[in-house]
Amino acid sequence: MTIKLIGRRLASALPSLFFVLLMTFVMSRALPGDPAAYFAGPSATEASVQEIREKLGLDRSVMEQFGIYLGELARGDLGTSLNTGQPVTLDLLQRLPASMELTLFALAFAVLIGMPLGIAAAAMPGSPVDHVCRALSTISAAFPGFFVGLLLVFVFYYLLGWAPSPVGRLEIWYSPPPAVTGMYVVDAMLIRDWEVARAAFGQLILPAISLGLFALAPITRMTRASLIGVLSSDFIQAARANGLSVGQVLVTYALRNALLPVVNILGMIFSFLLGASVLIEQVFGWPGVGRYAVEAVITSDYAAIQGFVVAMAIIYVLLNLAVDVLNTLVDPRVRYEG
Amino acid sequence: MTDIAGPARRGGGHLRTLRHVFAENPLTLFALVLFVLLVAAAVFGELIAPYDPLATNSDRALEPPSFAHPFGTDHLGRDVLSRVIVAARIDLGIAVCAVALSFGVGLLLGAYAGYFGGWTDRIVGRFVDAIMAFPLFVLAMGIVSALGNTLWNIVLATAIINLPFYIRFARAEINARRDAGFAEAARLGGNGPFRVLHGHLIPNILPPMMVQVSLNMGWAILNAAGLSFIGLGVRPPTPEWGIMVSEGANYIFSGEWWIFLFPGTALVLSVFCFNLLGDGLRDLFDPRRRT
Repeated sequence: MTIKLIGRRLASALPSLFFVLLMTFVMSRALPGDPAAYFAGPSATEASVQEIREKLGLDRSVMEQFGIYLGELARGDLGTSLNTGQPVTLDLLQRLPASMELTLFALAFAVLIGMPLGIAAAAMPGSPVDHVCRALSTISAAFPGFFVGLLLVFVFYYLLGWAPSPVGRLEIWYSPPPAVTGMYVVDAMLIRDWEVARAAFGQLILPAISLGLFALAPITRMTRASLIGVLSSDFIQAARANGLSVGQVLVTYALRNALLPVVNILGMIFSFLLGASVLIEQVFGWPGVGRYAVEAVITSDYAAIQGFVVAMAIIYVLLNLAVDVLNTLVDPRVRYEG
Repeated sequence: MTDIAGPARRGGGHLRTLRHVFAENPLTLFALVLFVLLVAAAVFGELIAPYDPLATNSDRALEPPSFAHPFGTDHLGRDVLSRVIVAARIDLGIAVCAVALSFGVGLLLGAYAGYFGGWTDRIVGRFVDAIMAFPLFVLAMGIVSALGNTLWNIVLATAIINLPFYIRFARAEINARRDAGFAEAARLGGNGPFRVLHGHLIPNILPPMMVQVSLNMGWAILNAAGLSFIGLGVRPPTPEWGIMVSEGANYIFSGEWWIFLFPGTALVLSVFCFNLLGDGLRDLFDPRRRT
């Protein structure tokens, strides 16, 4: 039953994956003039352009080209970056953990602040907490992350001197911990090197907050709306009528039900943050995939840009799929509806 | 309440509604004032600006805010205030063009999908899914780099990533009204599907769509500024808020805060203005959805 449902979710993700690949394919062929010349770069020789032209199959029909494109993607071949001279896949894999670490911490920040705030606002609608909650979500929706990042750097690094130099993942006198997950804080904790863990965490705080602020508004709003909906339902009324305390009803009855839709949007928010992190990485000199893509955009490194877009889209589809599957497992209602 | 005022509402009714909306949410009035200022800056930019926004003056570079230069000067000695004012035109211009484009295309696609259903609906739905399957900012970066780094392509990219929201919204709104009494009446009166759609249904969904437009404007401004912050679209020395913030970022470490702070604040205020206006418009047009 459940396995069949998960199978169906997997199958339903296939069309969107296909359309994503179709769109990235169209984008890579929409380059004005000869795409091969773009992928080869300005200093390419006639021979290397010809080689790329054959590799892309530009002399063949569009359908064949799309087939070649899919075949290369399946082999994990995203072409070669002009900036680094390395395969784009390798470049992305090296930089992905940094972006993941930043995005995960930003998400954690948004959840740790946003959920309690939403819960408090829903428990006491119309109270000062509720107003603070609404003001916060209105204000944070208007602040671009890159501007918040610069403001934080100015206040906490330049004025107060509390934050470490906001460039990169670790100050230069520390050496990065041996890679296990690729996330410095986690890796350092794994070998019990608390000093490096703390240093890496210190570097993370400002970028994570500037990025997480972005997700704060949707999480708070969603938690509040969902909890208010649940609190007005019959089984809560019944629990209250049976004499359970407000706290008991809220924690054991309402929250479990209310948090499901919130978890549901976390996948979407996570991938949204992955996109928004492009700008934050630029501000903080964070060596992640976003910064790599920006460098590629500025220097017209087409293979690298296309590779980045494809990789992000695939991660996005897979994340949403994972959340869907998780939901199927956790929420019996989804199971029965399906 | 605006929705039960009914036929008795004449003449002063609209004014009274406006006054009611402002009284209930004074922030809307604040947003309206901001909006007028923004539009004034966008239209009369060079006339209001105290200096030429492009004129460099190396003797007066990196001066902190003073009476002569209220927002200070940047690394080339250009007056930051003048640049912030003149930049309103290009930032609002990009956002207005992009939103108008996605509004027009999205309204039609969504309306056809919602009215005709079937294959039209399926194809449009797939198209929306395909766009939504990307992190949107990343998609915009991809589009701009594929089509070429020009101002027009920034507008196009911003329009494309906004399209799904308009399509979905128009589709849902048309769907809900397709079998409404007035639409049935129009059909019974002998109107073909296109006349029912264009003459009766679409005009009816315009007010809620306008709310969407206003809420969307802020997002479009943020997007365009984000793209130019990473060096896409507008090029220096054109005054634009995103570029100015990114230029100012280099001077934070030496304490020249005014270069990034003022354009950034202008950006925030304009986004804030459109978000608040959207909330105000919603109160005006669609009292049921009041938050």
